[in-house]
Amino acid sequence: MLWEAVKLAIQSLRRSALRSFLTVLGVVIGVGSVIAMVTVGRGTTARVSEQMRSLGVNLLVVRPGQDRRGPGSRTEARAFEEADVEHLRAQVRGVKAIAPYASQSATAVRGNENWSTQVGGTDNAYLVTQDWSLSAGRVFTPEELRAGRGVCLIGETLRARLFPHQDPLNQLIRLGKVPCQVVGVLAPKGQSSFGQDRDDVVLIPIRAFQRRLAGNKDIRTIYVSTLDDVATARVQHEVESVLRERRRLRPSQESDFHVRDLKELVQAMTGTTSVLTGLLAAVAAVSLLVGGIGIMNIMLVSVTERTREIGTRLAIGALESQVLVQFLVEAIVLSLLGGLLGVTLGLALALLATYALDVPFVLDLQIVILAFVFSAAVGVVFGYFPARRAARLDPIVALRHE
Amino acid sequence: MRPLIELRGVQRVYGRGGIAVQALAGVDLQIQRGEFVAIMGPSGSGKSTTLNILGCLDAPSAGSYLFEGVDVSARSRDERALLRRHFLGFVFQGFNLLARNSVIENVELPLVYRGDLARRERRSLARETLARVGLSERATHFPSELSGGQQQRVAIARAIVTSPRVLLADEPTGNLDTTMSEEIMDLLCELNREQGITIAMVTHEPEMADWAKRVIHFRDGRIELDTARAA
Repeated sequence: MLWEAVKLAIQSLRRSALRSFLTVLGVVIGVGSVIAMVTVGRGTTARVSEQMRSLGVNLLVVRPGQDRRGPGSRTEARAFEEADVEHLRAQVRGVKAIAPYASQSATAVRGNENWSTQVGGTDNAYLVTQDWSLSAGRVFTPEELRAGRGVCLIGETLRARLFPHQDPLNQLIRLGKVPCQVVGVLAPKGQSSFGQDRDDVVLIPIRAFQRRLAGNKDIRTIYVSTLDDVATARVQHEVESVLRERRRLRPSQESDFHVRDLKELVQAMTGTTSVLTGLLAAVAAVSLLVGGIGIMNIMLVSVTERTREIGTRLAIGALESQVLVQFLVEAIVLSLLGGLLGVTLGLALALLATYALDVPFVLDLQIVILAFVFSAAVGVVFGYFPARRAARLDPIVALRHE
Repeated sequence: MRPLIELRGVQRVYGRGGIAVQALAGVDLQIQRGEFVAIMGPSGSGKSTTLNILGCLDAPSAGSYLFEGVDVSARSRDERALLRRHFLGFVFQGFNLLARNSVIENVELPLVYRGDLARRERRSLARETLARVGLSERATHFPSELSGGQQQRVAIARAIVTSPRVLLADEPTGNLDTTMSEEIMDLLCELNREQGITIAMVTHEPEMADWAKRVIHFRDGRIELDTARAA
């Protein structure tokens, strides 16, 4: 009997294909947009967390100045110095690596090729904090670091620009006016979540940077990567107290530097995503409501149009419940059809969008199933009233209906 | 012998209070198995109301309706639907075939609702019945592809596919021309004569009533005349 009802429903929908399609458009758009947005959202989240992992999630970033966002300069605060890094290394526990970092832009030159890039002065610990490896060559030797030799590690972008066909190892390049020997090539990292090319960089020993490029001993960033099983909050606290002591701050004074936990950044981003998801759900709910009303409307029209048919069915012995089921099934088939179209459309859009945005396509089966369940529910809720009206018709009146 | 159908003092009132209309004002009627009864009368005389009550589409306001000796006058909607499903067959003036279904599906429909036969059995019973009304070769056609007379024959096949005790026909020839009408009346007589199906038919055409063995005239909600014709 149920199968008969489904067959009947498909038959009657096929007869008015265009009308049925227009009717379910609301459901199609609702389901489609949810599927598309959720899929793209999942892809973006996956992309961001992957990048955060490559950035080193257990990473604290220490910078001079108070943690103020927006306008207002932070650079007035004293920079760090090498001794600060030494003290941190000696006193803070639960740490994998601590690295100083200072950078400025400079033009890298080799023969006729030149390329404007970012020069970072640091040491080997930086590679640990960034979870970065070499694709060729070696890291700095202790002697090179101590003496501040003109050696460098170049990023993949720079390698491609300056050494498109040759092996860059042991070749000389110039950074501004400073000659530098390439000793290693950094493994490609790709773009950061903010669209920066992270491979457009060249690293040189911090002392070489200070003496030959910057002309001062300032360290504007210290990276601290913590061990996996250590609470970053405790490490953060220890870093703060060491630096406060080093900078001779009285207990009443506010710190003139700040320690930022990248995990918080990740959480902030995830938070944004969940707000967006909530908003999206609201849009979807409205759209499904509109779709449901559309279905109710068309089912009421259908019941009126088919009054005589209903009368005939009742006369030859259909029970109220059988007529009810017939029209309910029709509404459900209609809304499920909308759901199916919506899922297809949504996934197609998501596929295009993820391709365009270069994020992974993450198929979330749960949301697909949920979409189907919801569209079926729309059919039940909004199909019930018209179906009940059909079932309650008086057969005599219905048979006489023109 | 107990009559197949018996109405005792049946009244039917539509509406309430001052605007109440009395469609039937006390009808007593007995119909035996195998009868072919024509019900006649001017419009508003109560003939259609009587047919509706006989067909369990409507329930009397007062009085009782005994079907095979059982009082069915106070049954619920669904109970009456079950009575129709198992014991009654209907033929309407406007044929009332389902336009979207083929002829064979239309004939099969009552069996689908009854739900006691397997698909295959249903189909073959429907085919047999269609053969009885002489339309075997039209099984896969749609109602709109048939003439009026043929459509009415399909409707008759649908009405008798469940082997009902009574066939109720409401102006079955009302939409047909003379030739087709005679065809239909011929078929009804044949079913009545050869298969012993009891028939109650409402009509306002005396020529059609002439085919029946008994004619009942209604006027103002009462039986005015009840005449049996020699077979």
